[in-house]
Amino acid sequence: MSFISYLINGLSLGSVYAIIALGYTMVYGIAKMLNFAHGDVIMIGAYTALISMTQLGVPVLPAILIAVVVCTVLGVVIERIAYKPLRNASSSLAVLITAIGVSYLLQNIALLVFGANTQTFPSVVKWSGLSLAGGQLKISGVTIVTIAACIVIMIVLTLFVQKSKPGQAMRAVSEDRGAAQLMGINVNGTIALTFAIGSALAAVAGVLLCSAYPSLDPYTGAMPGIKAFVAAVFGGIGSISGAFVGGILLGVIEILGRAYISSQMADALVFAVLIIVLLVKPTGILGKKIQEKV
Amino acid sequence: MKMMKKAASVALASALVVSLAACGSNGGDGNSNSGSTGSDTFMIGGIGPTTGDNAIYGTAVKNGIQLAVDEINEAGGINGYQISYKFEDDQSDSEKSVNAYNTLKDWGMQMLVGTVTSTPCVAVVEETHVDNMFQFTPSATSVESVQYDNAFRMCFSDPSQGTVSADYIADNGLATKIGVIYDSSSTYSTGIYQNFAAEADVKGLEIVSAEAFTSDSNSDFNVQLQKAKDAGAELVFLPIYYQEASLILAQADRMGYAPKWFGVDGMDGILNLDGFDASLAEGVMFLTPFTPTADDEATQTFVANYEAEFGDTPIQFAADAYDCLYVIKAAAEKAGITPDMSVSDICDAMKTAMTEITVDGLTGKQITWGEDGEPSKEPTVVVIHDGAYTVM
Repeated sequence: MSFISYLINGLSLGSVYAIIALGYTMVYGIAKMLNFAHGDVIMIGAYTALISMTQLGVPVLPAILIAVVVCTVLGVVIERIAYKPLRNASSSLAVLITAIGVSYLLQNIALLVFGANTQTFPSVVKWSGLSLAGGQLKISGVTIVTIAACIVIMIVLTLFVQKSKPGQAMRAVSEDRGAAQLMGINVNGTIALTFAIGSALAAVAGVLLCSAYPSLDPYTGAMPGIKAFVAAVFGGIGSISGAFVGGILLGVIEILGRAYISSQMADALVFAVLIIVLLVKPTGILGKKIQEKV
Repeated sequence: MKMMKKAASVALASALVVSLAACGSNGGDGNSNSGSTGSDTFMIGGIGPTTGDNAIYGTAVKNGIQLAVDEINEAGGINGYQISYKFEDDQSDSEKSVNAYNTLKDWGMQMLVGTVTSTPCVAVVEETHVDNMFQFTPSATSVESVQYDNAFRMCFSDPSQGTVSADYIADNGLATKIGVIYDSSSTYSTGIYQNFAAEADVKGLEIVSAEAFTSDSNSDFNVQLQKAKDAGAELVFLPIYYQEASLILAQADRMGYAPKWFGVDGMDGILNLDGFDASLAEGVMFLTPFTPTADDEATQTFVANYEAEFGDTPIQFAADAYDCLYVIKAAAEKAGITPDMSVSDICDAMKTAMTEITVDGLTGKQITWGEDGEPSKEPTVVVIHDGAYTVM
């Protein structure tokens, strides 16, 4: 019975990783850059929702909407100001370093504005959850909502990328930016849209993360951000279904590792698995091998 | 014009000095000249940070000592001699602390209450050991802070909180099956856990699950809680700080696990956490030397006097410092020391007397000391009830 309980916890944690990983993987797939500030956008989203709910008295769903809007704008602004001018820079390192800079900038702004004190995040899911097998197995409402939200986001996003026109433009830019531009696709607009979607997902992830683990400080986004990045690489960076698979697997491995191997070794285990996967399959589980054209 | 200003300020300054001196001799009850070279008063010095990052601790200690000195002098002093008291700032810095010690020695200090924080205390204890000066720290918790025989402490050392917690749980029959969740990346938490485990073994408590987390993974505790639950832990011991504890309580509540909870001084402050749902902490017990809301008479009198004097609610550091003075008084009376004895003779007499006395204080009842300088006292355990701390 406790195995099932661990598994469900792992799925829930993995769902949060997966939603964050989607932001990494989409931006990488389309703009070919690692947006290390993604984890901190999550934190900003969580603070926005918290302030909307506690200080402005906004109900839960509108508060999440406000967080999504704020993060979307933030994501697009970061892209415009910090990344776009460097898109054609000679070294791809420049934009990577800028991303790290943006990450620290966001953390320190949050320290300045919100202070270093840990805030307790109010519960956004009022439902107390299911009690199965005569009360032996309790699944909390937050856990179920998190897993459900992840699945819905996954399906919607896949449909969007496969069927819609902007989605097709994204795939085109991802495959060959130059050719896409020649075909009349607005590359800058498409990249901005990618950042907008990634950041909106970050806001949702922030709210879910802080509902499951109700504590918020300016560094809250950092560790989940790194783990989600690992999940994205694990699943095959650039692939949406890869982010999903990678996130879920990572969450389950982390929780089961903590339960059955050692609670201190959980993080070491996660990164060891990453190394093994990359040694065996360098492009990740679902990563496509792209032939470099000469 | 400039000269005029200077003259005026000199005049003002000297007026101030005169008025201060007047205050001093009034307060001294005419029994002695407060601040004189000291063959008829005990010269007690204090060191701690009154500026800088830890200023809140140092200021509390300074005020706590002041309050006790005033009370003792009012009541006739120690062995009939008044106390002169001087406090020096060290900004919680080892070098400044040693300088402060030398300044106080020049002033004629015979006994030192301090230092407040652990790291400077380790440096100063080297000096007092060489000088054979009696040193009594209210609040330095590291083991090395009192490593010589001339040094004693008022608070529990970090690791001994674990021992005391296990004793308390066993002696009060709170539980026999214990789960522990600790932070393996913190020496504070690990030290308490190891001592807890050792003492639990002696006392016949069974630790059914001991699970760790690190500062990098301190948000998800479902696994640790599930393991404690599966192992049938009736009580979960949390030698950690209150931020993580608040998450653990919330997650346990969500999974429907309601054991008894027992924490250490790091749990103090959980009710002040922004947005924390106090009902989650209902029934949580933790070890703390002092809580200003305790309803026993001694604490209430101390809190009222402290607030009247300094306009602030005392924290545990103030209570520790206040207790220090009464302990010194008890030991000095036991040893029968007088202010005309040398520093080294006073120290030798106090060393012996400290191990012979038993004192009731704000931070514990029936306190005794061993030769190692560590206090042995009944811990005060508070329980959270209806969103307030209540002494058990």
